[in-house]
Amino acid sequence: MSETLWRPTAPLDNLRRRATLLADIRRFFSERQVLEMEVPILSRCATSDPHIDSITADCSGAPAFLATSPEFGLKRLVAAGIGDCYYLGKAFRNGEAGGRHNPEFTMLEWYRVGWDDHRLMIEVGELLSWLLQISRVRSYSYRALFLQHLDVDPHRASFEELKAVVARVLEISFEPAGRDECLDLLMSHHIEPNMDGADEPVITLVYDFPASQAALARVEEDELGVPVARRFEAYAGGMELANGYWELTDAQEQQRRFEADQRYREQNGKPVRPFEARLVQALAAGMPGCAGVALGVDRLLMLACGAARIDEVIAFPIERA
Amino acid sequence: MGTYSTNEFKGGLKVMLDGDPCSIVDNEFVKPGKGQAFNRVKLRNLKTGRVWERTFRSGESLESADVMDRDMEYLYNDGEFFHFMEPETFEQHQADAKAVGDSAKWLKEQDICVVTLYNGAPLAVTPPNHVILEITDTDPGLRGDTAQGGTKPATLSTGAVVKVPLFLEIGESIKVDTRNGEYLGRAKED
Repeated sequence: MSETLWRPTAPLDNLRRRATLLADIRRFFSERQVLEMEVPILSRCATSDPHIDSITADCSGAPAFLATSPEFGLKRLVAAGIGDCYYLGKAFRNGEAGGRHNPEFTMLEWYRVGWDDHRLMIEVGELLSWLLQISRVRSYSYRALFLQHLDVDPHRASFEELKAVVARVLEISFEPAGRDECLDLLMSHHIEPNMDGADEPVITLVYDFPASQAALARVEEDELGVPVARRFEAYAGGMELANGYWELTDAQEQQRRFEADQRYREQNGKPVRPFEARLVQALAAGMPGCAGVALGVDRLLMLACGAARIDEVIAFPIERA
Repeated sequence: MGTYSTNEFKGGLKVMLDGDPCSIVDNEFVKPGKGQAFNRVKLRNLKTGRVWERTFRSGESLESADVMDRDMEYLYNDGEFFHFMEPETFEQHQADAKAVGDSAKWLKEQDICVVTLYNGAPLAVTPPNHVILEITDTDPGLRGDTAQGGTKPATLSTGAVVKVPLFLEIGESIKVDTRNGEYLGRAKED
């Protein structure tokens, strides 16, 4: 074993920058009267998201799971009446490791009571442009972005049409299994890397995602009468930074989505774990209308430091953790 | 032969893709926050030298390629084949012009090269990073012009042509970087 494995992979200057960034984030929310909350990172329930895997633990002889995000805890607090709140701390996702991923990472997530996705997008733009010193913030609908980059309407194009676009712009080793896989490929491989102009840094907010990718967001009709997820993402430097929702508050619909996720996991040979039934109870008891967003702090720091890889901003990534 | 899953892919791993042996150059995990995970992989086709970029679903596997790199001494060229020998076992291998490719112009007898074997036969030849070769042809030296830092083409004993400073003459030995064809300096051959 190499003798340097005890050392941090990140330059100390970047780690000092991390401390400043965390302090700046806390100042931003303190000035806006948004409360910092702690929620369980070790939970009896897991995420049901079909594409995210929880890390399992054993606690007092019973299974437990490391939180993949603080969303369930924060929403239960919002339902209990805590008001505007945020979490700044660790989250864990199994199997996610690479230039922009580490299985243990730092996440910022916050909720605004009474706001919708568009109001929260403005605040995300304000936070990012302040932290990154980028003055230009722009927003596009998901449809507008696909029309601009690929000349295809992501909501109306058939599976065959989307497959043809994938075949035109990407070399892939498999047959896409559905419309969403095509859209994910085009977004992550073609649009995201090409989103920034060459001239000046810019923050891009993308809203109105396909209804099939709603996750925990409300689905509403857009101005063309197409059902869309009231979900948005923020990008900068060719990187996805944040993902937000106008939150679903309908307990029955939430229960239905959790069950659908579990069926998908079962059919695709993924582990099926206990879903967060207490969130369904909280929604049934009545959660106020709110919008919430999660932001990857390590990636934010990568942009702030001009780092190309996540291990340049994390002291001890999983290989040295 | 075994298989490798995308999460085992790393630089230098040899795998089969579309029937050809390839060396993985780069493997990037790509995952939209709420979407499916992919691996965007760069691979060098070891037969053609071309670099392919290909996206896999995370968790997909590729068959490993029966490819290995061996240090071998270059012996001679018989007009058709280039002959190499493993220094430990004295086992000899013959590589055709396709396998040697552009490396031919750097091959000097007795130099140690890396020969890539595929199913036991030479697939590619990589010369040493630095070689010492003699200048066999170049314009006469220009005295007094050395301060200008100008260059002129020089043909070397193996046929390679490199840019050298004006003061060098036929018969001198020079050190060259084979990766970019750059002149590194005069060499005393010993």
